[in-house]
Amino acid sequence: MSGHVIPKSTYFLIFGSLLALTALTTGMAFVDLGPWNTVVALVIACFKASLVLLFFMHLRWSTPLNRVVWLSALLWLVILIGLTSIDFLSRSWTPMSEGWETSALHLPAPPTDLLHWR
Amino acid sequence: MSDSHAPSALAHQFEDLQQQQESASLGMWVFLATEVMFFGGLFAGYTIYRNLYLPGFEAGSHMLNVTIGALNTAVLIGSSLTMAMAVRAAQMGKRSALVTFLVMTIILGLAFVLIKLNFEWRHDYVEGLAPGLNFTFSGAHAKSVELFFFFYFAMTGVHALHMVVGMGILAVLVVQAWRGQYGADRFNMIEGFGLYWHFVDIIWIFLFPLLYLIGGRY
Repeated sequence: MSGHVIPKSTYFLIFGSLLALTALTTGMAFVDLGPWNTVVALVIACFKASLVLLFFMHLRWSTPLNRVVWLSALLWLVILIGLTSIDFLSRSWTPMSEGWETSALHLPAPPTDLLHWR
Repeated sequence: MSDSHAPSALAHQFEDLQQQQESASLGMWVFLATEVMFFGGLFAGYTIYRNLYLPGFEAGSHMLNVTIGALNTAVLIGSSLTMAMAVRAAQMGKRSALVTFLVMTIILGLAFVLIKLNFEWRHDYVEGLAPGLNFTFSGAHAKSVELFFFFYFAMTGVHALHMVVGMGILAVLVVQAWRGQYGADRFNMIEGFGLYWHFVDIIWIFLFPLLYLIGGRY
């Protein structure tokens, strides 16, 4: 009983792929793709991370429970970064009128008829 | 299950070795999930502030050395390979191969941290790019650049701290492996540590493009 032993050749193939992808992502940083530079860099990084997770960390041969734990971690990460970003990105969608902070401090005088109402 | 007179590799609370091994690795994956949250806060903060102060963050990114960053990425990926080979050696019960690969992992990990320390952090400090210690940069967007370097030192610093802790554990594992404490039926410690080490590698796989590459270098 010694778990799943993965052939050496697989590890070397993954190592080679990771080095090639590092060279690719470094090279792409010097090509002007406009806003797509960030997207390309992050897609390559996700692909490299997946290779490490599936092969070096044996997630490909791992129990379903381990995969669920990892996917739940990613879900919380998406919530953390996603919802925080939505807040900041959407703030400008609902413009506030100038000086709303000060006007909110000056409370309107209560209606006179209320004063007679005990 | 085992009738050997040597102390059993199976702890009494487990049904069999497979269950024991799966429990050990599950525990490690749960720990790594908490680590995702730990680094996730830094990544979330970096995402927000980068979008709020983009020019300063791009200017800061330009001051980093891509060549050394890429070289260090390769060194770290190499240490992941040797770690994966160490786990493989442990699974097959090869003691000397296990010790060799663990030592190689320490050497590559040490190389990463020393390159970072000597060619990047020390350089940044001397150049006056270390917030709180020596920040003298006064060009355009100086305040945003300072914020970028806050994130840069916090993220790479915490990452390097994880590596230093990892190397300490590796040193203990080397001694234990040398004494023949690990074998084909007891390699959970090696496998669990391997998961941690690869995870630290994954963090760097994201730090490298985020800090060094996406700053519009063309």
